[in-house]
Amino acid sequence: MIASPVLILGARSDIGRALARAYADKGAAVILAARGDMEAERRDLELRSGQPVRAVTIDVTDGEPDTFFATLGEIPGTVVMVAGLLGDQERSAADDTEAARVMATNYEGPARYLLAAARVMRDVTDGCIIGISSVAGDRGRGSNFVYGSAKAGLTAFLSGLRNAVAKQGLHVMTVKPGFVATQMTSGMKLPPPLTAQPLEVANAIIAAQEKRRDVIYVKARWRPIMMVIKTIPEGVFKKLSL
Amino acid sequence: MSTSTPSNTTKVAGWGRYPTVEAELRRMIGTDAATAPIASGTSLIARGNGRSYGDASLHPRTMIDMRGCDRLVDFDPGTGLIACEAGLILADLITLMLPRGWWVPVTPGTKLVTIGGMVASDVHGKNHHGSGTFCDHVAWIDMALGDGQVLRCSRTDHADLFAATCGGMGLTGIILRVAFTMVPVESATIRQRRQRAPTLAHAIAAFEEAQDWTYSVAWIDCLATGASLGRSAILLGEHARRDELPIEGRSAPLQRKLGRAKTVPVDMPGFVLGRLSVSIFNRLYYAAQRPGDTLVPLDPYFYPLDAIHDWNRIYGRGGFVQYQCVLPLAASQAGYTRILAEIAAVGQASFLAVLKRMGPQSFGMLSFPLEGYTLALDFPTTPVNLALLDRLDAITIDHGGRLYLAKDARASAATMAVGYPRLGEFRAVRRHYGLEGRFSSLLSQRLAL
Repeated sequence: MIASPVLILGARSDIGRALARAYADKGAAVILAARGDMEAERRDLELRSGQPVRAVTIDVTDGEPDTFFATLGEIPGTVVMVAGLLGDQERSAADDTEAARVMATNYEGPARYLLAAARVMRDVTDGCIIGISSVAGDRGRGSNFVYGSAKAGLTAFLSGLRNAVAKQGLHVMTVKPGFVATQMTSGMKLPPPLTAQPLEVANAIIAAQEKRRDVIYVKARWRPIMMVIKTIPEGVFKKLSL
Repeated sequence: MSTSTPSNTTKVAGWGRYPTVEAELRRMIGTDAATAPIASGTSLIARGNGRSYGDASLHPRTMIDMRGCDRLVDFDPGTGLIACEAGLILADLITLMLPRGWWVPVTPGTKLVTIGGMVASDVHGKNHHGSGTFCDHVAWIDMALGDGQVLRCSRTDHADLFAATCGGMGLTGIILRVAFTMVPVESATIRQRRQRAPTLAHAIAAFEEAQDWTYSVAWIDCLATGASLGRSAILLGEHARRDELPIEGRSAPLQRKLGRAKTVPVDMPGFVLGRLSVSIFNRLYYAAQRPGDTLVPLDPYFYPLDAIHDWNRIYGRGGFVQYQCVLPLAASQAGYTRILAEIAAVGQASFLAVLKRMGPQSFGMLSFPLEGYTLALDFPTTPVNLALLDRLDAITIDHGGRLYLAKDARASAATMAVGYPRLGEFRAVRRHYGLEGRFSSLLSQRLAL
């Protein structure tokens, strides 16, 4: 059961676009939220679905989350937080502004907006809050720990929010997509068996929402891999280049 | 939210998997982003879904992956005019529009192409004799040029750029948006008539008689020799009207029944497509083509090979080249008799080849079709086959024909220059709009386009 309307925060990204199309395909009303002008995206989805589609402006690192939801005009049945920023570890390690931007876009902004979402969605039937976190949050690695730690924060946040609002019937789902072939990862050498296409991620999310799953890895083989990575003793782990 | 960053290289090839390059493939989202790489000032080529066979979508350093630019821009149900971004995959467009009763005016033999690729190759289909090329149905194209400016070109505005772009292999800028007219259909079914033609002369006679049919194509056995040279199964087709469907199909005439796609899991060893196995297959296939009328679903009718994912792997690791030529009407009988005899003598052809009657030449400067017959078939990339293809080039040119740029990976610049008399005009447009040195591909470098 998908509660409508579906608000997609970060709708311009590859995963956000794929989600918008997949939800519309399921017959859900979709509200696109992203930075900047979303008219082309809105028009595309309207032509595809044959239904009116709304687009609103949002920057998760800026603005007042409560004001955003108050001016939205309707209470979403489903909220998907897609906003995030991979950034560059070397730049983040060297430059405080860059580190702050990565942390704010992956943890602070998404968490604050989802808290506000949970406040307005108290009485929604079959309501669902979905956060796109990352396998990078499962353990901090030298090669991307600024991003990874922010995602670890988001994972812990989603886990806690789930625990807090479950009794009121609001479902919270954590998604760890693993590698996804997107503009963000364009040109990186990603291992094909571990890499998902955006549409695959979107379809996995919707299927998991219908089953009320708590935590999903889009490609199931990530689960044992991260299990192993998490169990390596710190003394050994620090000597590896990961 | 992500921004595009310079990235490292990936191995990229066309559908024939020959040749390959190790270069940067930049995925862009939205047509605004797609123009950004132009600012770097170096040369590049836009690439769609990589279904051209040879080197048309390859660049030694920078390719722009357009598949993230796939938004619908507008649709007018009164006229069928649709506007979309160039990276939209034809299969997705069909999934969206067929249930509403709209079909593409022209489709190639695979739906896994982008709309931009269909313009760049000015693709043709089984209805070329009556409907012309895809670009004959295009109203306008938005092009990003070498200085980053975006121009809308059409038959009336920047008509020279329009004529150079239709069939221009992506060498006139980045195709951003395309508007074209779709055609209404009543069903997702084709009424098919099947005929047998025991020789090439019979096949040509059958095509000439079938000019009133919307669709026509022949599967030709390239290993048949002597009295059977040119033995073909001819398939004619019309979109079935709703009242032609069986009663049970009339309530949802536009619904498609899609079978599950099969996959070629590994690269096949060479003997699988040996002369004996292919020759046996062809004989059985011909025998199975019982003449008569049937209703067939639209997907297997237009896209028989799309049901087998990665079918290009059947030719093994070395890849393959597809050979497609067109000969003028008057020269077709004589020319194809020579071409088929050469192919049968070497005996390494693909299991089936396609023969098709083409209508008059279109307005595109490098558009492939001309009034006559076209033949298309695959060859594994071996020295023996490459030598054979050089001989076929000579026969094609001798008979006033030419080769299809979207299929080519190996022909000479001289062969192409003879086949495309408007190449000079095309180069002049490239010069005039400042496109030389900004947009190039392995194809354009190899053939000096």
